[in-house]
Amino acid sequence: MLRILINALRTGVVTTRYPAEPSVPPPRFRGLPVLRPGAHLPPPSVCPSGALSERFDDGGRHVALDAAQCVFCGRCAEDPWAGAITIGRDFELAARSRDDMRIEVVADDGAATQARRAPEPAGDSGSEEALAAREIHSVLGRSLHLRHLDAGSCNACDWELSALLNPVYDVRRLGIDFVASPRHADGVAITGSVTRNLEMAVQRTVEAIPDPRIVIAVGACASSGGIVGEGYASAGGADRVLPVDVYIPGCPPRPEAIIFGILVALGRLEARRAAR
Amino acid sequence: MSIIETLRANVGGAIDTAVGPRESDITVRLAHTNDLPAAAGALVGSCAMALATVVATDETRMPDGDFKVRYVFEPVAPGAPDQFVTLLVSVSAARLVVPSITTLIPAANWHEREMRDLFGIVPVGHPDPRPLVVHDGWPPDLFPLRKSFDGSRRVPREPAKEFPHLVAEGEGVFEIPVGPIHAGIIEPGHFRFSSVGETVLHLDARLFYTHRGLEKRMEGLSPIDAFYIAERICGVCSVAHSLGYAEALEQIAGVVVPPRARLIRGIALELERLYNHIGDIGNVCAGAAFHYGTATGLRLKESLQQMNERLAGNRFLRGLLVPGGAALDLPDDLLEDLRATLHDTLARLDNLMSRIEANPSVADRFDETGVLQRQAAIDLAVAGVAARASGVDRDARRDHPHGAFALPGAPDLRVATAAEGDTMARVTMRAVEARESIRLVGEFVRRLEPGPLLAELPDPFPGGRIGISAIESPRGEAVHWLRTDANGRVDRYHLRSPSYHNWPAVALAAVSAIVPDFPLVNKSFELCYSCTDR
Repeated sequence: MLRILINALRTGVVTTRYPAEPSVPPPRFRGLPVLRPGAHLPPPSVCPSGALSERFDDGGRHVALDAAQCVFCGRCAEDPWAGAITIGRDFELAARSRDDMRIEVVADDGAATQARRAPEPAGDSGSEEALAAREIHSVLGRSLHLRHLDAGSCNACDWELSALLNPVYDVRRLGIDFVASPRHADGVAITGSVTRNLEMAVQRTVEAIPDPRIVIAVGACASSGGIVGEGYASAGGADRVLPVDVYIPGCPPRPEAIIFGILVALGRLEARRAAR
Repeated sequence: MSIIETLRANVGGAIDTAVGPRESDITVRLAHTNDLPAAAGALVGSCAMALATVVATDETRMPDGDFKVRYVFEPVAPGAPDQFVTLLVSVSAARLVVPSITTLIPAANWHEREMRDLFGIVPVGHPDPRPLVVHDGWPPDLFPLRKSFDGSRRVPREPAKEFPHLVAEGEGVFEIPVGPIHAGIIEPGHFRFSSVGETVLHLDARLFYTHRGLEKRMEGLSPIDAFYIAERICGVCSVAHSLGYAEALEQIAGVVVPPRARLIRGIALELERLYNHIGDIGNVCAGAAFHYGTATGLRLKESLQQMNERLAGNRFLRGLLVPGGAALDLPDDLLEDLRATLHDTLARLDNLMSRIEANPSVADRFDETGVLQRQAAIDLAVAGVAARASGVDRDARRDHPHGAFALPGAPDLRVATAAEGDTMARVTMRAVEARESIRLVGEFVRRLEPGPLLAELPDPFPGGRIGISAIESPRGEAVHWLRTDANGRVDRYHLRSPSYHNWPAVALAAVSAIVPDFPLVNKSFELCYSCTDR
């Protein structure tokens, strides 16, 4: 026992300061792909998960990236398209609407950018923790309790959700926790594309959460179907079976990206409450 | 007596033998489907082999116009040659039946049920008539892996009766249903316990809740597009499954991966094992309410996953490997980072294990809990840590050399086994293997020489070829089977994950345990649902 105490003291504090301080991912981290307007952008078929699309009009060829569907594999930025698309390091990508996650640019002809991505309320990250605390306090009295719901994920998103409870991320310091029963939850963090074999269990679990409740789609599969898509065994995303409040892109989203998404979700809850 | 002579001696009908899929492998075509049990029995009995995988294919649109089932076996004795023996039977589309081998070879149980669900091929004489992969409300005459079935659309749900769970009955026997949605942040599955008081009499596990239809999804894709799906079958087996798929594809393409890329693959495979094993040791501690162990295990796992992100740009090492080699190099500064992180990890792991072993209340929960008998592990063809902790000396890194182990001058792998087969043995085995992984990473790094990272791949890929590979993932041997169609696209891909063979063993190990110990037993096996269900 004494050794355990000594070890614990020797280890010291390992917890991250995020979101009070920004998190800088390592140089190789693959965040949001950045499409360079006017460049020789790749055809949609290069994307294994169907996140790229194109359309043609008077302005020329428009190429769009759906961040919700992106699996961040980096293939669209490989030769021969290197330069037209570069892999950015932005990971704070959560949004309240699928439309906010589409980035469209005009390709090939050098015309002006038509990026449509709505800026997220990132603002001064120094104030985020205070903002989150304030919102949690006003809406739910200091705490947000989430129920995790695996709707057919590959388990990567699930492991990142459980990482939120490890000593490094420790989301309990932000008033966020994961609970065992939907009856005890204020919302749900759903992972996976919603398989046929889980659809009923998913619906029943969400219905068991008292209303108003937050539904957070964690990762590409829950947000859009991801690389699994729609098929005989998969609904193709959480919003095919229930209303989703916040989408967190990533394959999987890194733990800080999930924390960011939960903070986005809290703003949503306040807005919904005000509307009722 | 050679394998072929043994088969001839045991089988009444004609057999036709050929080399393949690899040069060291044999494919034996049985003229009479009814010879299957005798042939399979001879391989498992006289030839000391185990069932590796079963692959059914719909070839109704090919010249033969039939369905085929391939029962793939592998030798189990340590030091046996790297060989797969495939028993191939043709099944007429007009009469979709094969004799069941489950009563003879229990490991075939789920394979045969899956074949019945997804192809409509009926294993005659199978003791369990219940569906496995498709759940309540699936139309009885639809078979997703038939070529005539369009897998891209959702299928209406039909009215369904309650699933008939296999339960014990009698005075004082309780049924405890658990799941599919569990209380923690874990994957979904349903466990139906029959218990008397606290003692588990029987456990019926129902899985395949996360069945996403990935094998169907990959059919018809270019093998490169399908690779990104294979990499995402399972989160914590990303490296193992992407490597298995890539090696099967490289066999088909006939390309040789450059040595530097092979070493990087070897490093990635060991790093995946390392963060899994250490995280699992922490998670087992959670089952015994030893929070110091849990927090320490999770913290070490976190530091390893952060290192994964520095190496590969992804915390699950996705994106490091690609068909043909490695997508990213490991320059000297990252290798130094790796060395320092692993040095620190080793010291902290040793410290954690000494705290676990010195804690009598933890040891009391781990010792003799969830025992898997050696014979049961053999009968069920159990893989990985679970097999080795029950005294079965199997490791695909040695038995089917892959990644860096296939290089000349590769370091010897020290395969450790334990006799007890209990939770403590599985925890201890993980610590031993984690230390071995750290040693192996050092060995691989020492062998790195400057050189190319990628072999050139053909475009299109050769048509009508089969590739097979076996990879030692953190949970044990995974067997990948891939075939290209006439145009070089994916015709059929099948993954038999280690968890697929190990889940039935969890149900056995839980019998005679008490219900509150089940989380401990379950976590000590630490199986994936996603790579079982696919």
